[in-house]
Amino acid sequence: MSAYFDIPSDLQHSYTGLIGVHLKEALLPVLFGLVVALPLGQLCARFKWLYPPVLWVTTVLYAIPSLAFFVVLIDYTGATETTVMIPLTVYSLVLLVPAIVDGTRAVPQETLAAATAMGFGPLRRFLQVELPIAVPAIIAGLRLAVVSSISLVSVGTLIGNQGALGNLLADGLFYHRTPLIVTSVVTTALLAIVMDGLLVLVQVLLTPWAPRGRKGARRVRSAAQEPDPGAGAAASAGPAALEDAVR
Amino acid sequence: MIRIESVTKRYPDGTVAVDQLSLDIPDGSITVLVGPSGCGKTTTLRMINRMVEPSEGRILLDGQDVQAQPVNTLRRSMGYVIQNAGLFQHRTIVDNVATVPRMLGWDKARARKRAMELMERVGLDAGLARRYPYQLSGGQQQRVGVARALAADPPVLLMDEPFSAVDPIVRKGLQAELLRIQAELGKTIVFVTHDIDEAIKIGNMVAVLRTGGRLAQFAPPDELLSHPADAFVEDFLGTDRGIRRLSFFTSAGLELTTAPVVAVDATAAQVAERPEAASTPFLLVTDTDGKPLGWADRKALAGGGAALDRAALQPYGRPFEFGRESLRDALDCAVLSPTGWAVAVDGSGRVVGVTSQETIGAAIRSAHAERERQQAARGTGLAKAAT
Repeated sequence: MSAYFDIPSDLQHSYTGLIGVHLKEALLPVLFGLVVALPLGQLCARFKWLYPPVLWVTTVLYAIPSLAFFVVLIDYTGATETTVMIPLTVYSLVLLVPAIVDGTRAVPQETLAAATAMGFGPLRRFLQVELPIAVPAIIAGLRLAVVSSISLVSVGTLIGNQGALGNLLADGLFYHRTPLIVTSVVTTALLAIVMDGLLVLVQVLLTPWAPRGRKGARRVRSAAQEPDPGAGAAASAGPAALEDAVR
Repeated sequence: MIRIESVTKRYPDGTVAVDQLSLDIPDGSITVLVGPSGCGKTTTLRMINRMVEPSEGRILLDGQDVQAQPVNTLRRSMGYVIQNAGLFQHRTIVDNVATVPRMLGWDKARARKRAMELMERVGLDAGLARRYPYQLSGGQQQRVGVARALAADPPVLLMDEPFSAVDPIVRKGLQAELLRIQAELGKTIVFVTHDIDEAIKIGNMVAVLRTGGRLAQFAPPDELLSHPADAFVEDFLGTDRGIRRLSFFTSAGLELTTAPVVAVDATAAQVAERPEAASTPFLLVTDTDGKPLGWADRKALAGGGAALDRAALQPYGRPFEFGRESLRDALDCAVLSPTGWAVAVDGSGRVVGVTSQETIGAAIRSAHAERERQQAARGTGLAKAAT
């Protein structure tokens, strides 16, 4: 067992320390990405002409290899966590902006008109109506962004000891210690699955109003006769997260 | 009163949605804006609460330009009901209804209490309060929409095709409910629909708009049916105008006769005593409670009620409630009845008399004449007021 958790000293972290660094480097960029994407997505939803160029820019940025980012950034931010997190923040936009645009556009016209007619100003309408209703779409985007970010942190290895579990993987290869490779890959995958599960939980807690699963469907049938479009939408998370993380 | 003064709405691309429209919308009654799609009816409605700003002209609310007060204050003083209800899917029913009171600064408990009262008023079970919109049927959601619009007790209610998206049976129920609520509350309601039957059913006044946003006619529904202003209105009203108009004439003054009515326990002698009714060889047989059973041949009843073969009775179609239902219902009953005679009943379903198609025809003619006199009198009244 110790072969799997005997972390080489050049990593300067314990196993749990590596997990901590990995999560920090993966989640902070998504958080920053969300802070940028919320107003940006909102603008794109409001001004339709803005969306295609924004989408184009985020996609092109996503296509830039992280190594290229590092080469440019290292002059300014050095071989630090910041240098790893800036590209990850940029990459998250390609997933978050469309999620927010779709989520905002999914708010029914009648609901928006009713809100306006009841005297909601634009900001109040955004915070109290559009944003809450967009939560399922935003969380769907966040789940993708978080899982992809967790797998991408490993590239920090390229600029030294900034890849967290990625450096563990590199050490495993370097020292020919297969158990370390297994530890790194399995831990990364588990982190992705756990974070994904937590986001699903957050969504369930934030959206008691959304029809979901069998329980929801049954309540719908007893209360009314409407069909239940949302059933089973939340079911397909686990395997996708695993694949993404391993990749 | 809402006064729309020569209002025009022109869009930047040159489309004219509303063209020099002037309307005086009376207080405490339902005014319907009706017309084909593209006639500017929704645009007109939305100019009242400034969701659309007019290009020319102005709209006065109780003599004050709607531009004079802050837009959100104006909107919170007007209830708004929209097609598909437009409920906040992320809020419970009670919180949906409490939206405007909460914005007006009421505390949560008071707003919810008010919301519960309104749910009851629009016929929603209190058990639905904690549910979310997706758990309600379309008709229930629309009721919530009406309750939400009424929550802050606004004097004005704007309704934009509120019942268009529900099935005809639910729609009928919602229309009846709206009329019931209106009888209690007496709001100034502006109601947009493309359905002329709905307009005629619920409107106190109906404004027919034509494509391009011009007013074709503004009149009470009864007058619309009897005197369409032009071929467009006539065409829009559709067929059966005469028959449909009869629903505005009460059956209260209709001449009834009880001569051909006998109870099922009548003896042969009692049947024989029955005077020969004007033009029917039939007698209407009722049960001992006075409720109609069917029409019988005078000969079949010669032996009294005891000898009557109930299976051989002719059906009476359906009865109409005397005084409450209209001449249209009375005529319909007479046409449905195989004998050509309509059966009038009271509120509890007991026969109060029967009447023939000829009698109903005469009643229709005199009702028409009476209405013409009224309209002529009002016409001169209006002309006087105008001068």
